[in-house]
Amino acid sequence: MRTIKYILQKEFLQIFRNKSMLPIIFAMPIIQLCVLVFAATFEMKNTNLYIVDQDLSSHSRQIISKFEASPFFTIKHTDFSIKHAEDELFKDNVDAILHFENGFGNAVDKKEAASVQVLVNAIDASAAGLYNAYILSVIQDYNQKLESSIQTTIKKQAVQQVQNTYSHLFNPEMKYIPYMLPGILVLLITVIGLFLSAMNVVREKEIGTIEQINVTPIKKYQFLIGKLIPFIFIGFFELGIGLILAAFVFKIPILGSVWLIYLVAFIYLLTILGIGLFISTQTDTQQQAMFIAWFFMIIFILMSGLFTPTESMPEWGQKMNLLNPVAYFIKIIRMIMLKGSGFMDILKDLTILSLYSIAMLSFATNRYKKTN
Amino acid sequence: MNTDKKVISVRNLYKRFGSFTANDDLSFDVYKGEIFGFLGANGAGKTTAMKILCGLSYPTSGEIMVAGLDVYKQREELKKNIGYMSQKFSLYEDLTVFENIRFYAGIYGMSSKEIKTKADELLQKLGLVHARNKRIGELPLGWKQKLAFSVAIFHNPGIVFLDEPTGGVDPVTRRQFWDLIYEASRAGITVFVTTHYMDEAEYCDRISIMVDGRIEALDTPEALKKHFKAKDMDEVFLQLARKSNYQE
Repeated sequence: MRTIKYILQKEFLQIFRNKSMLPIIFAMPIIQLCVLVFAATFEMKNTNLYIVDQDLSSHSRQIISKFEASPFFTIKHTDFSIKHAEDELFKDNVDAILHFENGFGNAVDKKEAASVQVLVNAIDASAAGLYNAYILSVIQDYNQKLESSIQTTIKKQAVQQVQNTYSHLFNPEMKYIPYMLPGILVLLITVIGLFLSAMNVVREKEIGTIEQINVTPIKKYQFLIGKLIPFIFIGFFELGIGLILAAFVFKIPILGSVWLIYLVAFIYLLTILGIGLFISTQTDTQQQAMFIAWFFMIIFILMSGLFTPTESMPEWGQKMNLLNPVAYFIKIIRMIMLKGSGFMDILKDLTILSLYSIAMLSFATNRYKKTN
Repeated sequence: MNTDKKVISVRNLYKRFGSFTANDDLSFDVYKGEIFGFLGANGAGKTTAMKILCGLSYPTSGEIMVAGLDVYKQREELKKNIGYMSQKFSLYEDLTVFENIRFYAGIYGMSSKEIKTKADELLQKLGLVHARNKRIGELPLGWKQKLAFSVAIFHNPGIVFLDEPTGGVDPVTRRQFWDLIYEASRAGITVFVTTHYMDEAEYCDRISIMVDGRIEALDTPEALKKHFKAKDMDEVFLQLARKSNYQE
């Protein structure tokens, strides 16, 4: 125990003397949260629309005016030529084309099937999905009004209306900030934890002090615990700043228990630091360690469900996420913050994360060799 | 020098890296309190052998006892009884003189009171009291080396291993460094030192000269000079080193 005390003392001194790292440790959470939370949004605004109205009926005009009124769309051009519209789409000047063919209005009046053609630029598939959904919902809306007006005027019993109602639980207004922020918090402590720990032991190898340590009777676990604890503190500190910003600047209600978040963060950090220390024991230079840490980091984050829903990944991708600590923590922290989930709700994922941390830490301890 | 008590005993030590034999059938004894010089050209296998004796590296085969402990089975126990100063400077540059002493002494299990008293005595002796709270990185190399040695014997080990401790320091500092080594030896610490400075070899009680992983000669400096009919150690060394297969 006393040995660990001396290592801790040394590690903390070194962290606080590192003039290039210290500002990053403090500034990173604020910058990351403020930049990423606002910038990384899935919300679509100002979708550029090209309208080809070859029908010019009252129906097509009413639909177009609905698009005009919507904050999500900007009508760039209105024209008769579909050829010209397609050119604009090719040049990337518009995001989508809405095409009313001649006879659309007539078909609506005769209560026949009337069709509107929607052409969407799908280079960015996720954006295209959203354009499509937004456009369809505007048309759908018009459709329903039409049906209800038919009902009231003709009083035709036969028209059955099946109404879909939506209600978004836990994030009723489908705001993106409450959705993104917990994920970005996870990102924050992952970056700090993984990189600092991955660079740490290997740094002692580079400057040659590791040999001096290895020739002492220090136990491997003592050495690694002494390395772990400072990073857990830093991780907690980052999380604290993040939660304070979340509550007071972004005004996100934290429905669940903050203590529970910290408990999960503790176990999560053990996993991440275990991975970092493992990388550190396996490499010879900080450069190698950095490169490997970066490799895992990119995979963990892109697969984690922070930017893309995991549900839309292929099955093998979802299976890969069983080994992704970032995915677990993002899932859990969203549940606690947005849904107010309690200990029992997250127990299964937390158990997996705990096993993961035990595995990584024993791996790191095992791979750290005092004798070559 | 008490020749009765062996503190290091090596029999048929081999260390191979693939097809390369770094230590080829080494056998020697080191006695309590002596200064044992381990000489050889670069790449002769000095550091390899020393790392095995310190428990930093596994031997391929051979019987090796250090401080009465087996390097295979009692490696961690052995580490309590030895000090080591590596070729690479190994104090923390971003910590102060006292913080370095405290850290290393602390992990050898010394109490903080003991550390404080002994550190003050040491700094007094080295004339470094004014540098107590200076960062190691700010000190000149000679001071750093003396400090590194003092830290290596701070926990009072039975044996201290020094791997080319005077590399890159000026002759005056080297002389001062050897005064520290003598002092440690007088205090009963066995000193095992590698070097390729032949004048330093003269300061040792006994020396062994390694060529291509083998010990080619082992005796007191006087006996070696007599045997090789040489006027100084330099000549002894050159006669032996010419046998090397790896001469450039």
